Amino acid sequence: MTPPRHSALVLAGLATLAFSLACLNEARTLARTVDPKPFSLLETVLGESRRLFANHFFIKADAYFHSGYYPTVFDNQEGYETAHIAADAGAAEEKNSGEELGFLGQPLDPFEAFSRRFFPSEHTHLDEGGADHESHDKGGSPGVGGDVREMLPWLKIAANLDPNRVETYTVTAFWLRDRLHRSQDAEDVIHDGLRNNPGDASLLFELGRIFFHDRKDFDRARNVFEAGINSWNKNESGTKEPNKFLALQLLSQLAELEEETGHYERSIHLWEQAKVFNPASPGPQIHIADLRAKLASPTTRPQ
Amino acid sequence: MNNVWAVSTVVMREMYRRKDFYVLLILTVLITLILGSVNFFNESNVVRYLKEVCLLLIWIASLVIAITTAARQIPAERESRTIFPLLAKPISRAEVLVGKFLGCWLASGVALVCFYLFFGVISAAREHGLPIGGYLQAVMLHWFMLAVIIALALLGSLVFAAPSSNNTICFVVVGGILLIGRHLHKIAIGKGGFSEAILTAVYYVIPQLGWFDVRERIVHDWPAIDALSFLVALAYALAYAAVLLFIACWIFRRKRLQ
Repeated sequence: MTPPRHSALVLAGLATLAFSLACLNEARTLARTVDPKPFSLLETVLGESRRLFANHFFIKADAYFHSGYYPTVFDNQEGYETAHIAADAGAAEEKNSGEELGFLGQPLDPFEAFSRRFFPSEHTHLDEGGADHESHDKGGSPGVGGDVREMLPWLKIAANLDPNRVETYTVTAFWLRDRLHRSQDAEDVIHDGLRNNPGDASLLFELGRIFFHDRKDFDRARNVFEAGINSWNKNESGTKEPNKFLALQLLSQLAELEEETGHYERSIHLWEQAKVFNPASPGPQIHIADLRAKLASPTTRPQ
Repeated sequence: MNNVWAVSTVVMREMYRRKDFYVLLILTVLITLILGSVNFFNESNVVRYLKEVCLLLIWIASLVIAITTAARQIPAERESRTIFPLLAKPISRAEVLVGKFLGCWLASGVALVCFYLFFGVISAAREHGLPIGGYLQAVMLHWFMLAVIIALALLGSLVFAAPSSNNTICFVVVGGILLIGRHLHKIAIGKGGFSEAILTAVYYVIPQLGWFDVRERIVHDWPAIDALSFLVALAYALAYAAVLLFIACWIFRRKRLQ
């Protein structure tokens, strides 16, 4: 190979390398600016259908909560329209109307009657002992109803499949905090949710409950509840069907917090606001009367 | 009986020479172990999801082993023409068929024992306990259900032209019965008229394979089934398999093998 030809090849090689590096750099810059989300295998493989799977796994967690006693598409589902794990967590307003305990109804034939001996056909809840009706915690986390940990894998998978399904985070956080007494894990779950759904009012509500009930950090809890109310006003108040249940929850929790910290006047004001969202409920009025009585009494009046 | 036993031992030996069972077992073990290593909020005692996935894999593997093994028995003998020297011996066609059935069923049983032993080890390691009674019931019910499925596949191998079509039809029928068999009467009542009559008849005729699927009870730690119901289910499976085998023998006796 002659020297000029050798130099030309080296030059061509360097030019190719420079072009490749420029392409790589451009691709990286584009990836950073156009799509800041990290690469997700699930998103690539499943696309939008992953939301359907997420819902399936969320329902599966509810089926686990009932130790497998759960209606199929062929059964009467009226008693299970709202997942019980969500209703118990306060993450959704319960809209169940049908028979929860006996959705199977009377057996239609001897075969069906006999088949009920081979699958769970009795209503139970995991936090009340599950299938054998007595608490059989297997160690690990302290507290009653430790078996609710069995729901966690499905909830985590549901959150991974659909990071924008806020209910999954709030429900997971509730069971971690309330039954498994793992407020730090619950807080981490909520922060995950907030990273994927910035400023979501229901996530802020759940975070506020962690600070209020578990940490007793009233100042941070107050700030988070107020941020939640602001978020609700910004995103929900102008909509056709605002989530009144969430507004009621945020206002009631903040009102309770203000009562706990001795700010009775502010608490009364918040209960007044809460009353607007559920005029039929006597709860807010009872609290208001109670707080007014406390304010009137010289012994309980805050100094 | 000696003839039946001789045929069945050949079938069992053939099955353990093939790699299907080992591949399925290794796949089940690998998938279960990988899933078991996933950390969910540092909770080391979470076990039910693992039991559910492991049992699902065992069910799929057992159905694959039972259906594919049974479906290829007679067609393979005919294709390789070994059926003729076999029938030239002092053995009846019914004995050949029953021997094939017994071999497939026993081999599936041995495979099931291996699968459930692994399941038991995984379950005991996580739960620190082993409800032996419930697990034995699950294995037995599963095995007796396979008797019905093997008899069905053998019957199919005499009716359908190719093993592939028999395999497909068997998988669709068994999968369909397991998924909606239990609900067929409910669906029928909603239809009304002729459809209701047909669906109700189908509901009573098809094997009630749902009786043998106690996975939900095992996964969620429900107590064992009462002994009478358990024995009735086993007797039902044997009776159903016997009827299917009788029909298969009847067809086989009249079938031209050329």
